[in-house]
Amino acid sequence: MSESGNYILQTEGLTKEFKGFTAVDDVNLKVKRHDIHALIGPNGAGKTTVFNLLTKFLTPTRGKITFNGRDITSAKPAEIARMGVIRSFQISAVFPHMTARENVRVALQRKLGTSFHFWRPVSSLNRLNDRADELLHMVGLDRFTEAMVADMSYGRKRALEIATTLAMEPEMMLLDEPTQGMGREDVELVTELIRKVAAGRTILMVEHNLGVVSTLCNTITVLQRGAILTEGDYRTVSNDPRVKEAYMGKAA
Amino acid sequence: MNAKIGYLIALVLLIVAPFVIYPVFLMKVLCFALFASAFNLILGYGGLLSFGHAAFFGGASYVTGHALKVWGLPTELGILTGAAAACVLGFLVGMIAIRRQGIYFAMITLAMAQMVFFLFITAPFTGGENGLQGIPRGTALGAIDLQDNLNMYYFVLAIFVLAYFLISRTVNSPFGQVLGAIRDNENRAKSLGYDTDKYKLLAFVLSATLAGLAGATKSVVFQLASLTDAHWHMSGEVVLMTLLGGLGTIPGPAVGAGIIVTLQNYLAKGPLGGWVPVVLGLIFIVCVLAFRRGVVGEIKAMIRKSF
Repeated sequence: MSESGNYILQTEGLTKEFKGFTAVDDVNLKVKRHDIHALIGPNGAGKTTVFNLLTKFLTPTRGKITFNGRDITSAKPAEIARMGVIRSFQISAVFPHMTARENVRVALQRKLGTSFHFWRPVSSLNRLNDRADELLHMVGLDRFTEAMVADMSYGRKRALEIATTLAMEPEMMLLDEPTQGMGREDVELVTELIRKVAAGRTILMVEHNLGVVSTLCNTITVLQRGAILTEGDYRTVSNDPRVKEAYMGKAA
Repeated sequence: MNAKIGYLIALVLLIVAPFVIYPVFLMKVLCFALFASAFNLILGYGGLLSFGHAAFFGGASYVTGHALKVWGLPTELGILTGAAAACVLGFLVGMIAIRRQGIYFAMITLAMAQMVFFLFITAPFTGGENGLQGIPRGTALGAIDLQDNLNMYYFVLAIFVLAYFLISRTVNSPFGQVLGAIRDNENRAKSLGYDTDKYKLLAFVLSATLAGLAGATKSVVFQLASLTDAHWHMSGEVVLMTLLGGLGTIPGPAVGAGIIVTLQNYLAKGPLGGWVPVVLGLIFIVCVLAFRRGVVGEIKAMIRKSF
């Protein structure tokens, strides 16, 4: 009982097979509440597949996923989003033909319950503008509220994505390679941002940049060929000879 | 602000137009302008290419024709019955098609529209190849004689303005915001908690209903419901109108419809009579190659650049 209270997200025997190829093999993952947890591993280790299973964009072949003790194995992506599990995507997930403020507002407006109201003017959403601007301020986008997102830089798009995610007041955030494809400046910016928004939340992230992982994450799970290789804090994991081998190949 | 002035000028022009131009031609333009604007709701704002909208356009014209001629309903009610039928049909087609995207969505809508077309060929109430002829125009509000072309024109104009307003409102509504988000990035919209299929279905049903309204109105104007309006050619033509005028702009499809209908009418009279499809095909190719944003889209882009 106390164990399920400690862990916000758990998988049991999570397995995904694609036509005879096992991408994820019997993964038992436990994510502690209010932890920043990283999922790492060499290319093709199954990180993104695990991620898509957790966010319900893929259906597991076998196994069970629980969130806050509730079985979410057969829930739909939109359903778990409404429970408070919000994901980000590898490519920045923004709505390019809208302004930054509208992007955040789309996340806020669902709670108003008027999202099917095609006869209501869009100005009825203006009462959400203050909250939207507040969230944009939090990620340092104050000057870009009216900007068309398509014209914004990559780093700013990622910041906007985080603001949009925060608008959902998520209990748990799943970040898919949040610093991928970024210059060093943007990496530092986004790392700081993640640290800031992690307060009072649980974060599970897939990340390639081990520098980011070492500064940010308390728990690290290493995947290899679809299975968990080892788990622990950064020091434990980085000193594990099996991890080195997985990344570098067998030492001669 | 500028848009408001533009719309006001357009409205004034539409009000005086029948004194200069033949009203029946203008009514045809308005009906197709409404059809294309309705279609744009699902293609331009929903990001889904339906290739079966003729079923709603033509279907509603048969239902309205039947309601007016056989049941003797008042004109307004007959038109609404046609639109309601298109709404139901749109819901049925949408339920099946909306689960697929891209070419699969287009093919399912086409296949279902073909089934509906076959139904119209064989069903007794449609008059087969001859169509449903002699549909009475009746009166508007029980008093205004619609047999008079000028009266009929203002009746059609009123329907067009109301429907156009509804379309523009739908685009600029809380629903329109979610629809735009889904078109831009459906997976992200899902991960923000939206059941995207339901939103797409509503957009499809709205689009089908308004396409039906256009078809119903046209059948009253011409006192005829025919297979031409339900044929897949019509589904293709409305794509052409929308693209030519400007996909995803609110006035674009109406402008595109105006251009196409005008060309069809005037070319058919001239020496190029039999070559209308070829001319339209060439225009389409030039449009796709040279100005992909369509007439209204290109003008908008030019204005944006020069300021």
